[in-house]
Amino acid sequence: MLRYVLTRALSLGLSLVVASLVIFAMIEVIPGDPASFMLGLNAQPETVAALREDLGLNGSLPVRYLGWVGGMVTGDFGTSYTYRVPVTDLVLERLQVSLPLALYALILSTVIAIPVGMIAAARRGRPSDFAIMGVTQLGIAIPNFWFAMLLVVVFAIQLRWFSAGGFVGWDDGVAPGLKALTLPAIALALPQASILARVMRSSLLDVLHQDYIRTARAKGLSVAQATRRHALRNALIPVLTIIGLQFSFLLAGAIIIENVFFLPGLGRLIFQAITQRDLVVVESVVMLLVFAVILVTFLVDVTYALVDPRLRRRP
Amino acid sequence: MTRLPAQLIIGACLSTVFLGAALLSFLWTPYDVTNLDIAAKLRPPSTTHLLGTDHFGRDLVSMLMEGGRISIAVAVLAVGIGMGLGVPLGLTAAAHRGGLLDEVIMRGNDLVFAFPSLVIAILITATFGPSATNAIIAIGIFNIPVFARVARGGALTIWTQDFIMAARVAGKSRARISLEHVLPNIANLLIVQGTIQFSLGILAEAGLSYVGLGAQPPTPSWGRMLADAQTMIYATPRLALAPGLAIVAMVLGLNLMGDGLRDLLDPRIRRARA
Repeated sequence: MLRYVLTRALSLGLSLVVASLVIFAMIEVIPGDPASFMLGLNAQPETVAALREDLGLNGSLPVRYLGWVGGMVTGDFGTSYTYRVPVTDLVLERLQVSLPLALYALILSTVIAIPVGMIAAARRGRPSDFAIMGVTQLGIAIPNFWFAMLLVVVFAIQLRWFSAGGFVGWDDGVAPGLKALTLPAIALALPQASILARVMRSSLLDVLHQDYIRTARAKGLSVAQATRRHALRNALIPVLTIIGLQFSFLLAGAIIIENVFFLPGLGRLIFQAITQRDLVVVESVVMLLVFAVILVTFLVDVTYALVDPRLRRRP
Repeated sequence: MTRLPAQLIIGACLSTVFLGAALLSFLWTPYDVTNLDIAAKLRPPSTTHLLGTDHFGRDLVSMLMEGGRISIAVAVLAVGIGMGLGVPLGLTAAAHRGGLLDEVIMRGNDLVFAFPSLVIAILITATFGPSATNAIIAIGIFNIPVFARVARGGALTIWTQDFIMAARVAGKSRARISLEHVLPNIANLLIVQGTIQFSLGILAEAGLSYVGLGAQPPTPSWGRMLADAQTMIYATPRLALAPGLAIVAMVLGLNLMGDGLRDLLDPRIRRARA
């Protein structure tokens, strides 16, 4: 087990190094000198040169790369060109929107998908199964930002139950904040819930055909009892993988939804930073997101190996 | 004769309608979409404009037909990149199973998988400028590991078969065996995956165009039509309906087709049905 964790950790570290190299290289390719961009068209060349020096843009590539990585390891993500504040502060502030939004969407998706998938599996081949599978097919096909627009039209413009966008912050308590995140979370959760319900259904159907379920039934357990005591736990393994993957997707994938609702989250931060050539913000936030995704995948893998010894051997 | 799965027929019909309309737009559209007719702006659906007109007086049916062209082309070419690079990588990894090459290819795969695809696609289009070509590359890159994984998985089971052993005894190289014996046997899997990636490509293109990083004006695309519609959402929410429904129908059609093809081509499922 220790060996498994160590090899996985090694590959995690390697992935992070390669990822940081790729991101650094891509940022280097972005056209435009950040210093002259920041100072505008009328800037004196000396001022631009001074700012380049200040931002550390004059060092050689390896020195700048090592400086960037070294800073991140010690929690210093650099200073934003445009906001003139440490990137760490910006990220922490934006996370107060992105993290609750991702969690909210994940909870919605899980709470809806698991029972729905179980119902479909229990009623396999009956009309309710067909109806559920039909709805999930549709849910996968709907672009979430379009669904978000429809939600705005119906619940913000027509019914006026929610505001069409913006975020009030958490200062006035949890309820107004959650309310502002409700429509975005529903929009994000729809495709995720559709996928999850389908995985839940097929996984439960697979498990219900196993011998140990037949044995449990032969012992006199009803289908519901056998499902609850034996099938569910095993069927949840692939479902948990998908949930793990979805969390990182939700964190990184909310960019477009954050744009629809004008939410000041991480996604919008990256987007604005790209258009403003605020490269320090872009590379640090992208790296953080990649780190989050890789870390979640690692944790999911290791958790499984703990739960299921069969997975410790590499396929 | 095997009965065709119903979802295959429905899916094929749906996607053919949109594919056909997009192809037809090369020859004919009801109105010229580059021709702005402000006098006729925001007309509701009527016999002259079946779906009405937008805020520039452009006919929505014509816009949808031409917009489909870009959306479909981007998705198809992105699948082409994914297949063209991913399949050889997957076949090579399978041919050298457990070797260094296999390890390197699969680790590389995992790495690309780990990147938040949308963020990187936005980074790519932002770096090299927003255009349909860069959208194709950005989406295509993330198709590579998908096809590599499917190709490797399928190829591994083929490599255990007796006829592969016979080919090896006959002195064929690994590369030749992969090409002549393995590839034809995993073609089914690749076609099914291709359909799925095609539909994901349509969604991805729509998302990129929506935030302004795909096709540039005046070229219409479904995603851009939605972005335009968003600015008018208070006054004329109707404008958001048609392009959104087009995306949903196309993606739904492709997904149904993919599921149907899998049922049809997977011998295990076929036997279970009989």
